[in-house]
Amino acid sequence: MKVLLGFGGSQASVDALERTVDRAVAAGDELTVALVETEGASHTELADQVETAVDGTGLSVELREIDGEHASELVALAESEQFDELVLGGNTTSPMGKITLNNTAEFVLLNSHVTVTLVR
Amino acid sequence: MNSDRRYPDTVSGPFEVPPLDFVDREDRTIEIRPYDGSEAEHESLVEMYTEFDPSDRAQGIPPGKEERVRTWLDGILADDCLNLIAWDGETAAGHSTLVPDGDADYELAIFVLQPYQQAGIGTHLIESLLGHGYEHGIRKVWLTVERWNHPAVSLYEKVGFETTGAESFELEMAIRIGQDDE
Repeated sequence: MKVLLGFGGSQASVDALERTVDRAVAAGDELTVALVETEGASHTELADQVETAVDGTGLSVELREIDGEHASELVALAESEQFDELVLGGNTTSPMGKITLNNTAEFVLLNSHVTVTLVR
Repeated sequence: MNSDRRYPDTVSGPFEVPPLDFVDREDRTIEIRPYDGSEAEHESLVEMYTEFDPSDRAQGIPPGKEERVRTWLDGILADDCLNLIAWDGETAAGHSTLVPDGDADYELAIFVLQPYQQAGIGTHLIESLLGHGYEHGIRKVWLTVERWNHPAVSLYEKVGFETTGAESFELEMAIRIGQDDE
């Protein structure tokens, strides 16, 4: 399966990265990671984080840098390059433990024609 | 959550304070008391949440499995939170909680077990929690609610909550229960 993961460096997206890498190794997915500068980390820093997560798994990951409107660029990339799945770690939780969707996750869920997986 | 949250200028309250009791619309005598920190009350809440109807979950809480219920309760029954339990005898029928958000304000949530819903228990649970919170120096409280949950939104509005964020899947509502310098 051809999988696109949106990665911004938040804890939720680090969790999503680890889960997606594990799955890609197990299932033989073809993984592309879209680097999104949402949490103040630069494309270079994000790329380093991804390399570290992938290191030792034998997985070869393609990296793409997302600029502009993050959410719509992610959806456009997923659709234009015929990905099977778009993965996001879009959840944050309130102090109470309520799950809230960030703006990127909400936009992607509502607008993507590619199947979306939200990692919790 | 965002620290620049907007609060109403108008102060709501004063609210009733726990402990209190009342007869609900089903003629049950319900007592509302602050959580006493005991193992027994903690276990009563675990029991209430493991019986909770999954269709009444909101934004992932209460969680669906006992193990996750316990982890979640450990967080919100901590010493820096305020918790009230509505009792029907030995049965925990409802629970309301205020959890600090790290910004000096508090997030509120309320849960009423299905057989006890629509009996007026929720109104007392939320009003007495706000009264309890005021006594503990809390002045600003917020919550989120799914926008299609009209009964809950009506209850919050009746108490004095105003909608402060409507651009997301969930409505954000906030209430001021005292002036900041009170």
